[in-house]
Parts: sequence; structure tokens; C-alpha cells
Amino acid sequence: MRPAAEAQAQGRTLPRSRNIYLVPYLLWMVLFVFAPILLIVYDSLFDVEGAFTFANYAHFFTPVYMKMTFSSFWYAFLITAFSLLVGYPAAYLLTKTKHKQLWLLLLILPSWINLLLKTYAFIGLFGTYGAANAILETIGIGRRQILFTDFSFVFVSVYIFIPFMILPVFNALEELNPSLIDASRDLGASPWTTFRRVIFPLTLNGVKSGCQAVFIPALSLFMITRLIAGSRIITLGTAIEQHFLVTQDWGMGATIAVFLIIAMAIIMVLTGTRSRLRR
Amino acid sequence: MRRSFKASNLYLWLVFVVLYAPILYLAYYSFNSGETMHGFEGFTWQWYREVFADTRLLIILLNTIVIALFSSAISTILGVIGAIAIHKLRKLPNQNALLSLNNVLIVSPDVIIGASFLILFTMLGIKLGFASVLISHIAFSVPIVVIMVLPKLKEMSPTLLDAARDLGATEWDVLSKVMLPFIKSGIFAGFFMALTYSLDDFAVTFFVTGNGFTTLSVEIYSRARQGVSLQINALSTLIFLFTLALVVGYYAISRRGQAAGSGARRKDRNVDWGLPNK
Amino acid sequence: MNQLIRMLLLVLVLGFALMYGASALNSSEGYSGDSTLTIYNWGDYIDPDLVSEFEKESGIKVIYQTFDSNEAMMTKIEQGGTTFDISVPSEYAISKMKEENLLLPIDHSKLPNLKYVNPRFMDLSFDPDNRYSIPYFWGTVGIIYNSDMLGGRTFKSWNDLWDPSLRNQILLVDGAREVIGFGLNSLHYSLNDTNEAHLQEAKAKLNRLTPNVKAIVGDEIKMLLANEEAAVGVVWSGDASEIMDANDKLDYVVPEEGSNLWFDNMVIPKTARNIEGAHKFINFMLDPKHAAQNAEYVGYSTPNEKAMDYLPEDISGDTRFYPDPELTSKLEVYKNLGKKMLSHYNELFLEFKMHRK
Repeated sequence: MRPAAEAQAQGRTLPRSRNIYLVPYLLWMVLFVFAPILLIVYDSLFDVEGAFTFANYAHFFTPVYMKMTFSSFWYAFLITAFSLLVGYPAAYLLTKTKHKQLWLLLLILPSWINLLLKTYAFIGLFGTYGAANAILETIGIGRRQILFTDFSFVFVSVYIFIPFMILPVFNALEELNPSLIDASRDLGASPWTTFRRVIFPLTLNGVKSGCQAVFIPALSLFMITRLIAGSRIITLGTAIEQHFLVTQDWGMGATIAVFLIIAMAIIMVLTGTRSRLRR
Repeated sequence: MRRSFKASNLYLWLVFVVLYAPILYLAYYSFNSGETMHGFEGFTWQWYREVFADTRLLIILLNTIVIALFSSAISTILGVIGAIAIHKLRKLPNQNALLSLNNVLIVSPDVIIGASFLILFTMLGIKLGFASVLISHIAFSVPIVVIMVLPKLKEMSPTLLDAARDLGATEWDVLSKVMLPFIKSGIFAGFFMALTYSLDDFAVTFFVTGNGFTTLSVEIYSRARQGVSLQINALSTLIFLFTLALVVGYYAISRRGQAAGSGARRKDRNVDWGLPNK
Repeated sequence: MNQLIRMLLLVLVLGFALMYGASALNSSEGYSGDSTLTIYNWGDYIDPDLVSEFEKESGIKVIYQTFDSNEAMMTKIEQGGTTFDISVPSEYAISKMKEENLLLPIDHSKLPNLKYVNPRFMDLSFDPDNRYSIPYFWGTVGIIYNSDMLGGRTFKSWNDLWDPSLRNQILLVDGAREVIGFGLNSLHYSLNDTNEAHLQEAKAKLNRLTPNVKAIVGDEIKMLLANEEAAVGVVWSGDASEIMDANDKLDYVVPEEGSNLWFDNMVIPKTARNIEGAHKFINFMLDPKHAAQNAEYVGYSTPNEKAMDYLPEDISGDTRFYPDPELTSKLEVYKNLGKKMLSHYNELFLEFKMHRK
């Protein structure tokens, strides 16, 4: 390579182009990210009766909210793990199909139908007299409660988020140079070794953005917690929803949101450092 | 080899069956002459007739699609610009910081986003309705586009851009002839995810809408207290069939168009952006 | 690049075409006229035929917008920026909105049909003299149960819910006031109780109910009970009547210890522009024939005494939904307990939800 030329090229283009691209993006950010964050932080400093206080923050560290935080992270982790487990093979197999772009679009299509309706359909499918139980009965396992269990909650959440996982992984796999896989095979690597040492590492960027696109919104899931889990699972998102819409304790709701944002920033930094090591 | 291929096909089919099962369930009951999604009583077209007779619902449907199309197009443009902006930052901590801020809207529950956008819009004096809904949909779709596009940018080797520049390409040429074609798949992914976000959103839209403007999600959620009528099932089935036809049709046409001139183009894609022609 | 531009153009052209279509439909419906009335109501909470009849009779074009919770609706009205001439909040929301000056007073002289409203439902604690609100529908909270699934057993008291044989059979409605309320009622306390010891006692008692609770859900409770997903539910009477319409094996009872009496009232929010039209609309809905027609469509209990004459006997004579005065005297309207206390109720409810069997 020609370091001198590269440096020269960067020196020539970077300062100018940075200004151009950052301007509209930062404008968006100031209006729709900074302003809401400021509002949230501001709100978190007031109690229900509108008096200035730090009590909300103290309240967050009580067992109720700690337990809730823990279960949110646990379920978000489960959802992400299963999305990856189901989504990665699906994305891989998709790249092998003939009309892959079409199949990919068909994979996203179900997510354009209203979520509440699909959730109602799941209630019907998972219900005591629903299709899922009918199948269980015919194969001899017998009826059991599927609705309002951890299983149904994780299942439906994975259903919702799976396109967000498959898309980036698919794109990463598409860019993979097939000759690398051939080379690995020719060198005598087993399919598993090829996957572990060649394919997976090379698609890690896609996996990472998929995990971010699933884990982060999964932290603040609500609605499903009530419709599918029967309020047996309470996540931070549910609590915020309650505080904003039922209690109208915006202070406490905003406080939880502040912690969610901090948690998300930590996750981003953690996944970001790894990428530096890889360079 | 052959057997494993079949097994893998089975897996994909299973994924598709699960993905479409709830939709087929909804569609099945849209023909139910009973009132609910439980116990199929008999076949009827009644709910479909009701959909076409209900002008209010049709207006809401059109509103929803218009908002989805505009917001995802604009947010894709903004998101691509944002991803390039992040990518161009030379220091990694800066990139991470900006990316974290980018994700604030994804992690924040919709209720909070909705409420704070509402406060923002009333402060700025924007009339609630079409404009406020459009702006907020753009706002919350941008980050997902960035997340979809950024990894593609990271894959692009910097030498490629330098090579283009050394060959005398202007900044605009680099962008339009090298960068954008390379990240195209990420851009499409971002666009479709933005479309998904927009069509699905209820909470944010609810807060920022007003003056008679409504989208389908808001309408469906607010009907929940009285029970969602099978009319909505019928409408969803129609939407589903329509988008299915659109997707398959568009795909078929674009393939036919490509087949005419570019049997070779796909193969030498790798060369295509390597060497700017002019 | 070309493909990207083509795609973008396609999207934009399609978008503008549909926008044109929507505005054409809009103007064909006359939504752009001068004399309009914006009604902000729960989804599907009015007979659409009545809306068109009102439009024909008054020459006012009605714009119908919907909300799904009192709190979300209040936030919208508080922030302003959009016109609502009529809204239909629940009673606790009305007292809150009154406190925050979100309501305009109602001129009773413009409502000749007000005389048809049963005096029992007028002048209640949440709105003395009905200065700001006019009753629309009312109801109770009670137990709905499926005797067939429970071998013919029936319910009379809140305490019947704690029966160990009902394991995993009960669905509760997702409302802090409702659940903590029946916990208090089952101990013969008022459901407006603010005594901390009583509240803790009620919560401890509710915790012991968890083995019987299958789920705590929202509006889906109707669908779940009608589909026999569970045998017992704690629900609002309006929901109960809908469930029983769908599945006649179910029966509804207001427990003997007493329960909640709720209202949805029509109000004129401060965002109103067409105040004259709003009064006309309220008066229109108070007409006994219209009230009866609406009650039949929605399935809730009407407060309109004269409307009872126009309702079929099997509706107006149903004591489960039009209870006799003796039971009514045991019912309590939710008092506005103040934000702090309401927060506390919600916190207790949250702890109850997180209590594992």
C-alpha cells in the first residue's frame, strides 16, 4: 500500500466531507435525540406532585426494580440468543436458495401486518383449544398450558424480532467471498471447522448489528408481556409504560428510562471495543 | 450432500410456516360468519363488503401507507448520510459515542418517545396531524437504517475509495459510483426495516397525531376495548395479499429487466466498482 | 445508484398518488367543511348510525378520533395542538381533568333532554352538580364465571375466589384500582381505603391468590373468557355483557361485599372550538331513543331512565346490569385519592404481579 498517498487522500477529503455528512445527521440528533434525552432527565428529577427530588433514583435501587432490571436483561438475552440460533441458519440457507432476494422480502413481509392482530392470532393458536395444543394432542403429548408461560413469551418475541436478525446476517453472508470457503474445504477443514474458523468470524459484523437490533428493543418490550405472558413477566418497558400511562408518575418512568439509556450505551461501548481488537 | 440439502430446505420451510401461521389464522377467520376469531361458523364475504363500504377506514389505510412510504424513503436517505458520517469519524470512541446516541430512540420505549415528541412539537408550534406524524416516523426510523448500513460501510476497504480518488473521481463520483453501490443491500435492508417500524408503530403516532388524522395501528388499538372486529381481519388479509403481489410482481419485473442486459453484470460486480469507467 | 434512484422515485410517485387518493376520499366525505365537530372517544364506543343521523339532523360534519386509555387521552388534551369538541373519559379521569382545568363547564339550559337521566347517576362526588360532565354509560366491577367448567358452582362473594380448587383458573383485569379494590372489599374495607395497614393486609391477601391467577390481562380478557381459556374472571360489567353475548355459559355477579360503580361521561375539553355543536351533540345523545339505540349497540348500561322504555325487556330487566337500589347502595365510586396514593396503589399492584406462585 501507499501510506503517503493514503494520508494525502485523507488529508484532502476528510475535513470537508465530514462537515457535509454530519450536518443533517447532527441536526436530526439534536432535535430528536438530545431534546428527548434532556426532557427525560429533567422529568426524572421530579416526583408525582411536581417537587424537585432525587428520590426516584434512590427508589430505582429498591429490590422491586432491581429484580425487574435483572429479569429484563435475562429475557432480552434469551430472545437475542434464540433469534440468533434460529436466524443465522435461516439466513445461511437463504443465501443458498435460487430466488434469495425474493425469499428475503417474503421473510420481512409478515412484519407489515399489525402486531396487535398477530398477537391475537397467537393467543388463538396457543390457547387451550388452539392449533398448537391440537398438534400436541395428536402426537400424543397431550394438552398443556402454552399461553402465559415463559416459552410463549420468548417464542412470540423471537417471532417479532427475527427479521431484524436475519437481514444483517444475510447481508454479511452475501458479501462473503465463496473462494474462502472453497479454500478452507480444500485444505481439509470439516464443515464445522469451516463455519467456526472462516464463515462465522467473517460475518461477525452482521451478527453484531443483528444482536444490537434485537437486544436493545427487547429490553423495553411491553404489551407482549401482558398479552402473551399474562403480566407474569414484568420488564422495564412495562414499568415505564405503567408509570407514564397509568400512574402518570412521569418522574419514575423517566428515571427507569435514564437507566435503560445508560445500559444501552454500555452495551454499545462493549460491542464496539471488540471491533477495535479485531482490526 | 443431497440429503442435507433436503433437510435444510425443510428448516427454511418450517421458518416460513411459523412466520405465516398467524397471518393465515387471521385470514382464515376473516371469512367467518361468526363475530370472533374463535369457532368458525360459516363462510361469508360480509367483512370484505364492510371494508369497502367504510370510507373512514379506507382513508386511514391510505394515510398509513403514505406515511410509511414517505417516512421510510426520507429516513433511509438521512440514515445513509448518518452512517457515512459515523463511518468517517476517525476516532473509534467518537464513533461509539455517536452510535450510542443513535440508538437512544431504539431503546427508549415508544411511550416516552411519543410523549417527548408531543411536547417537542407543541413547543415548536407544529400543528399535530400529517406533518407531525411524518416527522416523528422519520425520526424514529433513522437509527435502524444507520444500524443496517454501517456494517456494510465497515466492510468496504478504504483502499477502494482511495483508488477511486487517485483515478480522479470527485467526491460525488466516489459516493455515487463506489460507495452507494457497495452498500446497496444495507440501504434496502434499512428501507424495509424503516417501513416495518412505520407500519407497526402505535404509541408514538398516537401521541403526535391530531385533527382527525389517524393511522391504522392507532385505529386498531383503540378498538381493542370494544373487541377488534373481523372487518379488520379482512382488511389485513387484503393488505397482505396486495403486498405479496407487489413484492412478487416487482421481483419478477426487475428480474426480467435484468435478464435482458446483465446476464454478465452480476458476475463481474466485483470489478464493476473497482474501476470507475470515466 | 440507478436502481436506488428508480426505487426512490417509485416510492415517491406512489406516495403522492395515494395522498391524492386520500384527499379525494376526504373531500367526498365532506371532512373539509367548515362546521365540524371532533369527537374523541374509545374505539367503537358509539353506534355509527347515530353519528350519521346527528350529521343529517344538525348539518354538522363529525370527525371521529379514538383513544385507548384515559391517561393517554388526558396527555393529548393537556398538550393541546389539536381540536377535540367532545370526549368521553371515565369518572376518575374527569376529576383529574377538572383539577387541571382541562374541561369547560356545560350549559344545562342547552340540554333539554337532561331531565331523562336517572337522578341516581347525577351529582356524584367526582363532579358535583354535573358542571363538567354528563353520564354516557355506567357499570360495575364483578366476577364472571363459567359454571359448566366448574361443575356447576356459583359465586356470591369476593372470598370465593380464594378457593384452592380454582388453581390457575382466574383471569384478572389489569387495573391497580380494580384489583387492590376487590382485595380491600373482600376484607370489608372501602375500596377507597388509604389506611396503610389495611392496604398491606389486602396485598398480603392478594399474594395468597396468586396460585389461582392464570394471567393479568387487558381488553383481551373478553376474548379469553369467551373462548373458555379460564373459568373465572374479574371484569367490568360492560365487558361481562359482551362476553356473555359471545358465550352464554357464563354468568356475572356483583359480589355481596360491594364493588365499584364506574362511569364514562361526556365532557367538553378545553380544546373545543365548536362548543355550540358539542352541546347539540350531548343533547342528541341524551334523547331516550338515541340512548337506547346506543346502549343496544355498545352493550353497556345506560343512565337514561326514559331510554329503558325503548330497550327490550331482557336488557332493561336484567338485574345483573341494572342492579336494584339495595345492591347499588353498596357500590362505591372511586374517589380521587391524589397522585401519591395512586402511585402507592400501583406500586402495590406491581409487587403483586411480580409475586411468584
